[in-house]
Amino acid sequence: MAYNWNWGVFLQVTPTGGEESYLDWMAYGFKMTVGLSLSAWVLALLFGAVIGVLRTVPNRWLAGFATAWVEIFRNIPLLVQLFLWYFVLPELLPPTLGDAFKQSHPVFQQFFASMLCLALFTSARVAEQVRSGIESLPRGQKNAGLAMGFTLPQTYRFVLLPMAFRIVVPPLTSEFLNIFKNSAVCSTIGLLELAAQGRQLVDYTAQPYESFIAVTLAYLVINVVVMAGMRWLEARVRIPGFIGGK
Amino acid sequence: MITIDNVSKHYGAFQVLTDCSTKVSKGEVVVVCGPSGSGKSTLIKCVNGLEPFQSGEILVNGISVGDPKTNLSRLRAHVGMVFQNFELFPHLTIIDNLTIAQIRVLGRGRDEATQKGLQLLERVGLKAHAAKHPGQLSGGQQQRVAIARALAMDPICMLFDEPTSALDPEMVNEVLDVMTELAQEGMTMMCVTHEMGFARRVANRVIFMDQGRIVEDDAKEAFFANPRSERARQFLAKILHH
Repeated sequence: MAYNWNWGVFLQVTPTGGEESYLDWMAYGFKMTVGLSLSAWVLALLFGAVIGVLRTVPNRWLAGFATAWVEIFRNIPLLVQLFLWYFVLPELLPPTLGDAFKQSHPVFQQFFASMLCLALFTSARVAEQVRSGIESLPRGQKNAGLAMGFTLPQTYRFVLLPMAFRIVVPPLTSEFLNIFKNSAVCSTIGLLELAAQGRQLVDYTAQPYESFIAVTLAYLVINVVVMAGMRWLEARVRIPGFIGGK
Repeated sequence: MITIDNVSKHYGAFQVLTDCSTKVSKGEVVVVCGPSGSGKSTLIKCVNGLEPFQSGEILVNGISVGDPKTNLSRLRAHVGMVFQNFELFPHLTIIDNLTIAQIRVLGRGRDEATQKGLQLLERVGLKAHAAKHPGQLSGGQQQRVAIARALAMDPICMLFDEPTSALDPEMVNEVLDVMTELAQEGMTMMCVTHEMGFARRVANRVIFMDQGRIVEDDAKEAFFANPRSERARQFLAKILHH
């Protein structure tokens, strides 16, 4: 195979008329991917925790609402959801709001739609993990909390959730990793995150191997850091004398 | 203290409790026994509203448990309950298990709650374990902590739901000793248990249940000497001859 390897390509200045090198493009994409994924993850955890709890409460309306949330956001393909948020929703909003959105900075539009989409998609999955964590606790725990005089919200806050969240740290780790990988889908609406920058680099330099190896390594670095962080968290909240504890 | 009046409960078509009526006076110790599935655990859980019931009335200290207007949390804060599987909060240390509800429900200060907690741990002989987690204690120790946790709320009465059924035989006595002491101090107690030795020693009355009905409700002397129903006689014959 005749392929001209050229790792020096990253230091070349791009032909767009500035000082930027291709490495700067990659760095921009990296920051975009991390910023987008982290902000979406914070929202996903927040929504997911609330929805997951609501799925387990006795009130049928709340539980029904939560079930609908999970089924909608879990069962529509991520790409379709992204297009809905980006292309369709602004048309459905009240005209003033929709126009304000469409007149905002294009990068803001892409980022905002992507963040919302990833957050809601992931929140449905987080909610399911949280629900299964709560349901895996012995039934008597809820009764014990209530019998102490805690209200139902207090029972969740002080008795059920502290255990449920510990139990779901491992599955949440994979959701956390997934959100970084899923963020690559957002390149389809023009958001210049890591994958998009990789492709752009190929277009400009005709060096696909270097580009995509760099992109691959960047994703790897992100995920290794996430895994290390979650493992640290898992060890930190481990309970002495409990399964997996010391 | 506790009045149970004509209480019935069903899950769908399955009748769990049928017209149960009894009374527990202040300072009285009542043991509830009967074959498994007879509804005794369900009955005791109705007393603090953990199980809803469809008809009849339960009054605890004059407050109706079944009334939708009753603030159940407030009522439960003063009705201690001990469970078959201890149900300590595994993520909290022993002392935190004893203080959390004092602080969050009764609004006590941390120092006051801790002091009270340590005092009760000392009483059940576990003060040295205050900083451990429940998973590091034996079953008997956990159940003693659970009793101390309930006592920390200054309960007006205590409900025990088969407190020794999940314990290794060796550990049964340490828990029964704590319960006996409590009874002798005049605590109002309703205990679902198969420990007939305990019933003989400390109970004032014994209630015998079968198929969701209270079949027998007698002073303990009368119950053990001469059970009125055939079913209770059979039950006693089976569990006493060992």
